[in-house]
Amino acid sequence: MTAEFLAFLVVAAAAVSGALITLWSRSIVRSAFGLILAFLGVAGVYALLGCAFLAITQLVVYVGGVVVLYLFGVMLTPPDLEERRASRVTFWAVLGSISLVLFAISLFSTKLPSSSGRPMGDAAGIGEALLTRDAYLLPFEIASVLLLVVLVGAVHLARRERKKIQEPTEGGKA
Amino acid sequence: MTVPLVWYVLLALILFTIGLVVIVSRHNLIYTLMGVELILNGANINFIAFARALGGEYPVAGNIFSIFVIVLAAAEAAVALAIVLHVFGHFGSIRPEDPNMLRE
Repeated sequence: MTAEFLAFLVVAAAAVSGALITLWSRSIVRSAFGLILAFLGVAGVYALLGCAFLAITQLVVYVGGVVVLYLFGVMLTPPDLEERRASRVTFWAVLGSISLVLFAISLFSTKLPSSSGRPMGDAAGIGEALLTRDAYLLPFEIASVLLLVVLVGAVHLARRERKKIQEPTEGGKA
Repeated sequence: MTVPLVWYVLLALILFTIGLVVIVSRHNLIYTLMGVELILNGANINFIAFARALGGEYPVAGNIFSIFVIVLAAAEAAVALAIVLHVFGHFGSIRPEDPNMLRE
């Protein structure tokens, strides 16, 4: 067992245990923190595969952005104490593990290409490819327009509700 | 790369299955979004592992595909959370079985 395989086992265990915490935890805040552990594990997998830039991006976007967004969502909605009792996690977990075993059987009976450690490209290579017209400039620009639309759309969706609540009070005053 | 490709695919498979179980078992729209994020992370591991094993014309292609997946996942999280807040303001609950006006 080499050091790399040992490191893979560590990060994979972090990812899987974080995902399991997300699944089993009674408190949704604890689930969000389990999600952080899972994202950290996945970032470790990226680093092991030689994608340093992607690992940093994973940390910044997921741990720094998406999970914080979820925590805001948790903060703005009431806790549902009956939710965990009503959900049938054990039942679905048994079904999921059965399907996982079936998937794994088909995976191990498939002949995968022998892995041969190709170079993955560093941050400079990624930036050059993203800003070269013949490579990925158009998808990059479309993604930036998409992010602008998402910014405006999310603000619009979150704002409209407040107006609706205000309207009847104004009508009541009149 | 001393870790065989099959272990990475197996890890992606486990993350995918856990995300699917989270989506179908927890009765809360925020949990649904968390399950979607887990599934997207599993898919991303597959992209990177196969790009590392197979290579191609562009050595950075696998990286760039995963970066776009991350961008889309962040956009999805922002819009979906805004929709969840809207659903909560409208129905007073974020259980996925409560908004069922089309069924009636």
